[in-house]
Amino acid sequence: MAKDPYAPKDAPPSDVEHIKIKSNYLRGSLAETLEDRITGSIPEDDNRLMKHHGSYMQDDRDLRNERTKQKLEPAYQFMLRIRAAGGIITPSQWLVIDELAQKYANGTIRLTTRQSFQLHGIIKWNMKTTVKAINETLLTTYAACGDVNRNVMCNPNPYQSEVHGEVYDWANRISEHLLPQSRAYHELWLDGEKIVDSQDTAEQEPIYKNVYLPRKFKIGIAVPPSNDVDVYSQDLGFIAIVENGKLAGFNVTAGGGMGMTHGDTATYPQLGRVVGFCTPEQAVDVAEKTVTIQRDYGDRSVRKHARFKYTIDDRGIDWYKEELNRRLGYALQPAREYRFEHNGDRYGWVKGSNGKWHLTLFIQNGRVADDDQGHLIMTGLREIAKVHKGDYRLTANQNLVIGNVSGQSKRKIESLAEQYGLTSGLNVSALRRNSMACVALPTCGLAMAESERYLPSLISKLETILAGEGLQEQEIVIRMTGCPNGCARASLGEIGFIGKAPGKYNLYLGASFNGDRLNKMYRENIGEDEILAELKPIIGRYARERQEGEHFGDFVIRAGIINAVVSGTDFHA
Amino acid sequence: MQFHVTNSPFNEEQADLLNRLLPTLTPSQKLWLGGYLAASPQAEAIALPAATTGAPLAVAPAVEPAAVVATAPAAPKEVTVLYGSQTGNAQRLAQNLARTLEEQGLVISLASMRDFKPNGLKKLTHLLILVSTHGEGDPPDAALPFYEFLHSKRAPKLEQLRFSVLGLGDTSYEFYCQTGKDFDKRLEELGGERLASRADCDVDYDDAASEWFREVVEALKDNQGQAATGPAAQEAAAAVAVAEAPGYSRTHPFEAEILENLNLNGRGSAQETRHIELSLEGSNLQYEPGDALGIYPQNHPELVELLIRENGWQADELVPVNKDGDERPLTEALTSYVEITVLTKPLLTKLAELSSSIGLKKLVANEADLKAYLSGRDLLDVAQDFGPLGLPARQFVGALRKIPARLYSISSSYKANPDEVHLTIRTVRYESNGRSRYGVCSVQCAERAAAGESLPVYIHQNPNFKLPADGDTPIIMIGPGTGVAPFRAFLQEREENGDAGKSWLFFGDQHFHTDFMYQTEWQQWLKNGTLTRMDVAFSRDQEEKIYVQHRMKEQAAELVNWLKDGAYLYVCGDEKRMANDVHLTLAEIIEQEGGMSPDEASAYLTQLVQDRRYQRDIY
Repeated sequence: MAKDPYAPKDAPPSDVEHIKIKSNYLRGSLAETLEDRITGSIPEDDNRLMKHHGSYMQDDRDLRNERTKQKLEPAYQFMLRIRAAGGIITPSQWLVIDELAQKYANGTIRLTTRQSFQLHGIIKWNMKTTVKAINETLLTTYAACGDVNRNVMCNPNPYQSEVHGEVYDWANRISEHLLPQSRAYHELWLDGEKIVDSQDTAEQEPIYKNVYLPRKFKIGIAVPPSNDVDVYSQDLGFIAIVENGKLAGFNVTAGGGMGMTHGDTATYPQLGRVVGFCTPEQAVDVAEKTVTIQRDYGDRSVRKHARFKYTIDDRGIDWYKEELNRRLGYALQPAREYRFEHNGDRYGWVKGSNGKWHLTLFIQNGRVADDDQGHLIMTGLREIAKVHKGDYRLTANQNLVIGNVSGQSKRKIESLAEQYGLTSGLNVSALRRNSMACVALPTCGLAMAESERYLPSLISKLETILAGEGLQEQEIVIRMTGCPNGCARASLGEIGFIGKAPGKYNLYLGASFNGDRLNKMYRENIGEDEILAELKPIIGRYARERQEGEHFGDFVIRAGIINAVVSGTDFHA
Repeated sequence: MQFHVTNSPFNEEQADLLNRLLPTLTPSQKLWLGGYLAASPQAEAIALPAATTGAPLAVAPAVEPAAVVATAPAAPKEVTVLYGSQTGNAQRLAQNLARTLEEQGLVISLASMRDFKPNGLKKLTHLLILVSTHGEGDPPDAALPFYEFLHSKRAPKLEQLRFSVLGLGDTSYEFYCQTGKDFDKRLEELGGERLASRADCDVDYDDAASEWFREVVEALKDNQGQAATGPAAQEAAAAVAVAEAPGYSRTHPFEAEILENLNLNGRGSAQETRHIELSLEGSNLQYEPGDALGIYPQNHPELVELLIRENGWQADELVPVNKDGDERPLTEALTSYVEITVLTKPLLTKLAELSSSIGLKKLVANEADLKAYLSGRDLLDVAQDFGPLGLPARQFVGALRKIPARLYSISSSYKANPDEVHLTIRTVRYESNGRSRYGVCSVQCAERAAAGESLPVYIHQNPNFKLPADGDTPIIMIGPGTGVAPFRAFLQEREENGDAGKSWLFFGDQHFHTDFMYQTEWQQWLKNGTLTRMDVAFSRDQEEKIYVQHRMKEQAAELVNWLKDGAYLYVCGDEKRMANDVHLTLAEIIEQEGGMSPDEASAYLTQLVQDRRYQRDIY
């Protein structure tokens, strides 16, 4: 037997590698363990595989100790992630997700930082029905998590619609091309016919083989001047180059990624680097070859060193360029000019070049729910979906665009939005509009501190400080995560918080407003009082000393408050 | 009193022995001794001539000296004591009775109805039956085959038979002591002659049982002409009727400290089930899996207060709380001594007699109205609906039943938890007649039984719900809801013993998420092999209701395989809403998988009961 070209070179492969190989292409024992009525959980090995089907097992951590005392197992439940390239769905698909959220999940929908939908709190017995319903509405959860390419992000860019449609089309094609091919998903969830013998089907996964990737892989496409998808945070990024109103192609970036581990300086957030330019037709090929490079060279022994950024940083960006060109059989062209202005969303009504209107709504931290203060976001979006003829677009900042509204319908949509307390974000502070938090407690198993449930109240306190300095209209990107894995891309916040322990955060400063510079740790492990005490004087100085148009993240560097991070490898320096 | 040579007929040594012995005796021991001594002189007096005439001496070698009586001049009459017991009370009483009668010099044959061969009926001359009644007037499981035989055409004429029946029951049920009544009537129909009239015993059965014992002893004496006589002997007999082994018991409960009290139902559940761990340290109490724990509860302070206020009584008025005339303040009496939450026909009839209330008198005069009124109401309702009752507190209290102990199947193994006993108690709360109501004991356990406090308890042995003696024997356990309690004890015991027998548990409740009681323990036992398999049914997790019997049907073939392998079958829990359906399902499964006719399947199950392989603890 020939030597397995994908076998790890030096160290023994991690447990997850064994699980994937033994899994018979993502099947494992899921068919049986999903049926096991004695527990609401599935075994850890199956949970690893489950991620590739778009779901994580979680438990309600608020109830964990209480239930242990009660001799009950943790309140196991599943998070289900629905992917849609570029985050675009139809109103009827929205209605299906809305119904599933109410019927089988916790009654809310979470819009993610990668333009996906998450349903939380689904119990094991309802998983199959839910996944099936999602597929019946022509969406999928397949490969929304796991060691594969994830949802492909794309700027929803409603006001550059002439290229947006084309860019979105490429996002879709890349997404489709990199989906796993195993029939396991169909068998498990869609009553697909069982494949009796899939041992000899290297053809089953022409791209991933039976080992899949060493870690998750993320791709995003930005359309300048907006860097809303945080293209530098992607393993592989494409920057649309528009010339003469036409899509000329993409600058390619590689080697970005947010996650790290507290206390391990060998792990760090990193930004992708621009390595060249490809034509639109070459984009799928570039994506596939990059994925196979990571498949073959990524670290399969140590998972926290397995992201593509480490594969590249260990070997140098030039190695990647050469290997890519070799696999492509042609060389990328030199990168072209582009300029990013911001990585946030533009709120409110915008008229697209196709004459249709687009309404960007502010959804705080992406949580679609009705609250008790008259913001019936979930009800409102449901009512709008019932009459809306255009589409729904998720932004990379967890917001929602009611897209392609005709002139006649605009008033109707507007009045519905008003009726249910939906806000364009123009009536909240600029800080809040530019905020982002991950889910964290109580469902996320990784969370060390609160995030989504806490950031809004911290912002309220910061708003008071900002208002005192007359900065309430100043846009500052503020991001929080409950752990260092980076879901809300906190390392790209001009003000960033990463949870350390309940009520304790590391405070980071100095990222750029357009997402091309990482922040750096300013204070470690501090609570709210210290956070406010640290930020108050800096905000005061910013109000007094900033230059015309100078953003907060740039100011703190110029003022010497924090050093600029040039490369992720210097993040801890 | 101290005995001396001067004040007694004893010599110095005898007096000294007595002076040392007597203070150590419990009242019942003294009573017993008195009876024994009273009977002895006569026994000797009559026995002597027998011995001199050379008539055979001890025919029944096991009996006490007094039994020598029985040998002369005629052969002793054999008295058969048959019991039909579900929870063990009838069995215990029967054992006590047999002992008493033996001590009176009779030859006793004691048996469970389950083990009694009906073809021996014709030969019997004296039969005493002690049997309890359950649910809708049903006999205990173990008594059913005998009951059916006796009521069938095959039952022989019993003209030679003299009999008496003691029934155990609860006046708050419509078919009070029905099984006892049935036996009594049927034995008469078959030609038997009543030795003593039937006793119907309520929950607080001691007095009535003692009285019946006395009558039976008296009647047998008359009948025999030779048995024990004299009031002392009869008193001894009566005392034995209710005597318990020394130490803590039903009549002398132990104050057990609560070590732990937690709710087993997760947040969001419609139910509450308390897991209570009690300390038995210092009590010398022990128990086996399958046994129950009796708790003497206290009535809810709020209800007591309202009842006193509604009747215009004084809370601190002293009222008698027992026959000995001990008195307690009214609040304490109503809280700890008498039952105020259950209405029975006899109680209301009595109250109507004592009361000046016209309304109440009218109610009891109409059978149908009275029956309808009883359910879902308590004495506060009576006071509110028919007051003023015009009844002094002491008369009122005197009319009430003693507060009965509540029995709960023990959910722990003593071996696995020495000096502890665990209970699994579902809190009963409901709405009826415009007021929220609750189970007296369960709500006390939920609301007024914090760790550190104590509860008066005793062990109630249940010989009819026991693990097979052989640890290798497979067991099938069906216990939805709190019916699962004894099976936790079973598995703890088997794990502790290292038993190798297979085990299979069927459990069910409303919701998986919140009501899967002891979930992590079952999971652990499944993992380590103590529990071989488990099937669960959560009735309200889907549109259609799914219960344990549905899971049993799904596993029909395998269930029958286990039974073929000699598995013991245990059912515990609610009778009306579960055990009957489970029974029918079992019959169906056996019919279908075993290729049997309905009659054969039913006979198969009956045989399982006879063989002690199908045991139920139902309520």
